Amino acid sequence: MSSLMQEMGEKALALGVPLTVQLDLTYRCNERCVHCYLDHDDHGEMTASEYKKLLDELAQAGVLFLTLSGGEIMLRKDFFEILEYARALMFSVKLKTNGVLIRKREAARLRELAVESVQISVYSHRAEVHDAITLLPGSLARSIEAARFLKSQGLQVTLADVLMRQNHQDYSGVKALAAEIGVRFMLDPTITPMMDGDRSILSLNVNQDVLQKAFRDEGLVGNVEEFCSTPNGASADDMESFPCSAGHTFCYVSPYGDVYPCVQFPLPSGNVRRSRFLDIWNHSPQLNEVREIHLGDLPSCSQCVHGTTCTRCPGLAFLEGNMRGPSTQDCEKSFVRTGIPSKNLEAKRAAAADGRPRTVSAGLIQIQGVSPTPPAASARPA
Amino acid sequence: MSSPSTPAGKPSAPGKRYVARSKQVAARRLGDEVMIMVGSEATVYTLNEVAAAIWEEADGVTPLDEIVQRRICREFDVAPAAALEDALALVEELAGHGVLIVSDAPIAQNNPPAAPEKEPG
Repeated sequence: MSSLMQEMGEKALALGVPLTVQLDLTYRCNERCVHCYLDHDDHGEMTASEYKKLLDELAQAGVLFLTLSGGEIMLRKDFFEILEYARALMFSVKLKTNGVLIRKREAARLRELAVESVQISVYSHRAEVHDAITLLPGSLARSIEAARFLKSQGLQVTLADVLMRQNHQDYSGVKALAAEIGVRFMLDPTITPMMDGDRSILSLNVNQDVLQKAFRDEGLVGNVEEFCSTPNGASADDMESFPCSAGHTFCYVSPYGDVYPCVQFPLPSGNVRRSRFLDIWNHSPQLNEVREIHLGDLPSCSQCVHGTTCTRCPGLAFLEGNMRGPSTQDCEKSFVRTGIPSKNLEAKRAAAADGRPRTVSAGLIQIQGVSPTPPAASARPA
Repeated sequence: MSSPSTPAGKPSAPGKRYVARSKQVAARRLGDEVMIMVGSEATVYTLNEVAAAIWEEADGVTPLDEIVQRRICREFDVAPAAALEDALALVEELAGHGVLIVSDAPIAQNNPPAAPEKEPG
């Protein structure tokens, strides 16, 4: 992150401004990815008029960075109407899409509207692997064509991969493909539980051997020695730090108007169909509770050697049952990265050795490992 | 530099300069500054209070000297000639980065709104 961007984030935090918002336009999708956390049925999406009203409110609240995502955004017939309105309000717009419906004409329109960047989901360079994950025959070819159309328009494009059992051998291939097209590549190591709490898809996570390999891939993590270095624990100053930007300078709004601290933190905090966005942002008891939590308030993580270097996601901790608790997925990452177990993992091991019942949910036991979070691979907001 | 047309009813005045916000950038007021993202350059600009005032008034039809007189001289206690000179240098620089469009005639475009003020909480 550039120093100016960091400065901007710090200023937004001090002023209580939601600098970045992810807005999902639909949960409907033309793909059926095996690892997706969404319910794809339409339970009453906001209309274009409702989105425009919300965009007015977001601009007034000070939002600059707007991510439009889904579901597949291009399935909305009014997608460009909403995007045009957002750009007229001078948001910096990033799009997340599978690209299947982006052809030359759509790419040219996106360029005209000066979107900041487009992220396209690509899970393998091999059609038989990618299409088996998306369950849409021909989807890899379409997604790659979209990336080329967008690149030819001069847009900034990223191929976004997710590490899972089905494709862990292919991330280098996707990275090489991105380089050949001349676009960026990112690898997301986090498989997120379903929004209704169902954790069964976590079984798609890769095992620790695969993680070890990824952690030691310079092309992914940069300086391996630094990335895997032994943590020093948290200082007194660190205890006052916030876990992440969720609820502080970032939030998420679903296609139904529900406001959450983050897309990965499904704590219902209000609904923009019933209240003004800024009233929710300023006065939601749930968001205010999230904002009260400092590292020092986390019973286990504040005592953990990984306290300040862990990628702990408060949303995943919430999905695990306690937003002040550890996120075991991130504990696993810290362990695989450094070889040092977290406080939480030590407690689980001790409990298992004593024959005491595990406190971890059944879904989590299925995790054999999770992967590193290389600098460019975080699923969390900056 | 652009070559804009002159909208009906808005004839250009000799020696006047007109400025308009580019539709290719993203921008928002953050406290007393305006943050501007220029995607084509992958660059962020921070405009201070004075530059932010010019940005917010850059509607394409108000001459720059009027903007300087109304917003800069009144709000910042500066002499008109010096303020206009500085403003001209600023807008030319920002135009060079694609942030503003500068012309000697009113600029016809569906100009986007300036970064709105944050509502009180």
